[in-house]
Amino acid sequence: MSCKLIFSWVQRQAKMFFFCIMLFVAHLKRTLVLSLILSEEKVTVYFINRDGRKITTSSAKGDSLLDLVVEQNLDIEGFGACEGTLACSTCHVILDQKVYNQLGPITDEENDMLDLAFGLTDTSRLGCQVCLSRDLEGITVRVPDRVNDMRRSDDTGPTL
Amino acid sequence: SPCLDAKVCIVGGGPAGFYTAQHLVKVSDVSVDIYERLPVPFGLVRFGVAPDHPEVKNVINTFTQTAQHARCSFHGNVRVGKDVTVEELQEAYHAVVLSYGAEGNRTMGVPGEDLAGVYSAKDFVGWYNGLPRNSELRPDLSCETAVILGQGNVALDVARILLSPVDILKKTDITQHALDALAESSVRRVLIVGRRGPLQVACTIKELREMVNLPGTRPEMEASEFEGIAETLKSLARPRKRLTELLLKAAIETPGEEELERRNRAERAWGFRFLRKPLEVLPSTDLIRAAGIRLAVNRLEGDGEGVRAVATGEVEDVECGLVISSIGYKSLLIDPAVPFDARKAIIPNTMGRVQQTAGLYCSGWVKRGPTGVIATTMNDSFDTARTLLQDIGKGTLDVSTVKPGSQGVSALLEKRGVKPVSFSDWEKIDSEETRRGEIKGKPREKMLDVGEMLQVARA
Repeated sequence: MSCKLIFSWVQRQAKMFFFCIMLFVAHLKRTLVLSLILSEEKVTVYFINRDGRKITTSSAKGDSLLDLVVEQNLDIEGFGACEGTLACSTCHVILDQKVYNQLGPITDEENDMLDLAFGLTDTSRLGCQVCLSRDLEGITVRVPDRVNDMRRSDDTGPTL
Repeated sequence: SPCLDAKVCIVGGGPAGFYTAQHLVKVSDVSVDIYERLPVPFGLVRFGVAPDHPEVKNVINTFTQTAQHARCSFHGNVRVGKDVTVEELQEAYHAVVLSYGAEGNRTMGVPGEDLAGVYSAKDFVGWYNGLPRNSELRPDLSCETAVILGQGNVALDVARILLSPVDILKKTDITQHALDALAESSVRRVLIVGRRGPLQVACTIKELREMVNLPGTRPEMEASEFEGIAETLKSLARPRKRLTELLLKAAIETPGEEELERRNRAERAWGFRFLRKPLEVLPSTDLIRAAGIRLAVNRLEGDGEGVRAVATGEVEDVECGLVISSIGYKSLLIDPAVPFDARKAIIPNTMGRVQQTAGLYCSGWVKRGPTGVIATTMNDSFDTARTLLQDIGKGTLDVSTVKPGSQGVSALLEKRGVKPVSFSDWEKIDSEETRRGEIKGKPREKMLDVGEMLQVARA
């Protein structure tokens, strides 16, 4: 075989080789970007359950805290009895002041149900009304001690 | 620990029964059988919650999951106390949990209570919600004014159903006969009467807001009954404060132009009346039906939680053709073997353990009294279940003997000609009700007759 032929063969192989490397790097870049985008979709949330135990979980942005509890099948007994329809207060959660301030205004309907929640605080919200966004990455959500949707005004007798 | 096979029986297929079962089946050695008198499950979630509150009924989904759990089974059409005794259940099971709620009601105890046109809220609600025993109530809605005694959420439910536009009601699961009656109703004014003052109303803000926003209606109240109330606002806790603010707004605040116009167009009216206690239902000239109600006028004494209504001696008569007493439900004794506190109308217990009776527990209204919402009962039922599981763990509840469970009870029932309805039988009733409702644009058309339910269940 002539040197010229061998040389051009080697050249071709090298070109192919580098071409494959380029493809591979491009693919890597794409998947990296993709996974970066995908990981931006997930929001990590820490729940402190009633027994004080910490649960680390994450969910897609746009999900409510109630959606998260249901999707991840978290062991928080009795959470979200009315399935997010503002007809109970069993998804009552307590947030940090900073996080609470970040969230939008509370509707009358949510406040009406919050009124009935046991252990209501100034940074309480209903979990079904808190939607996850990137701003809420890494927040801690405390589930108060008792699920007690007492439809009982604090100073009167029995209520149904 | 050795593999137990703890068999628990729950009497009552309403929220208390299902939530107690839900917590118990979390433990792998425990199996639960729920006995219910009617062929259909869910108790007051089906028969008490107002038709226009469908979201509250979402709990049925979690109850369905529980009923379909491998270690849980539902037995409808079984009357505990009649078809099988509590003692017989205690022989067949390691533990029996009584969760049968409150099927009676407190009476006003006044003359004229038995006149036509006078109903308990429990029966009136049962009527529009399809409770079989109230299907023949046929309340007369041909009068202009209805008076409701009591100012809790049930009273507000009744007022709202009486005054809601039929176009709204016809898309709910309200029974057809109630819908037809309400479409012909002449009731234009509903008074919701309480013994004490505005600061003591027992209803909550969601229900009050629904009245304030009820299309085609306007609030009509006496400003004089709210004297001094605005001044108390700043000292009230948040829930009471928001409730009272809304009440004042509806009762005495001058409305804006748009709201004023809306009120002027409204053909129906509602209002609270305070410091009034029923003395007598006044009869019509033919002495058959209610034509009015005589009320004693009260004043308040004391303050804070100790506020009491005291008679002034004054009396007031209000013309009305419909009187609905919404002053509380009441539990009844279903079996002489069960201890019962007749005064408080509950089963005497400590944390759900029935006093003086090993192996017997209770949850829900029959344990605590007939107040609170579904989630209150949920919490309470979890408490009783926890108590029961603790007793198994400690050994105070002996589950070491082999018990026949539902097999033992089935044998007794068969001998007595009683055929239980399983959960999948109920699902046939459910499908049929849903199918009938779909034709009319309703979530379901409830069956009103137990016989019909059984027919569909066995098909």
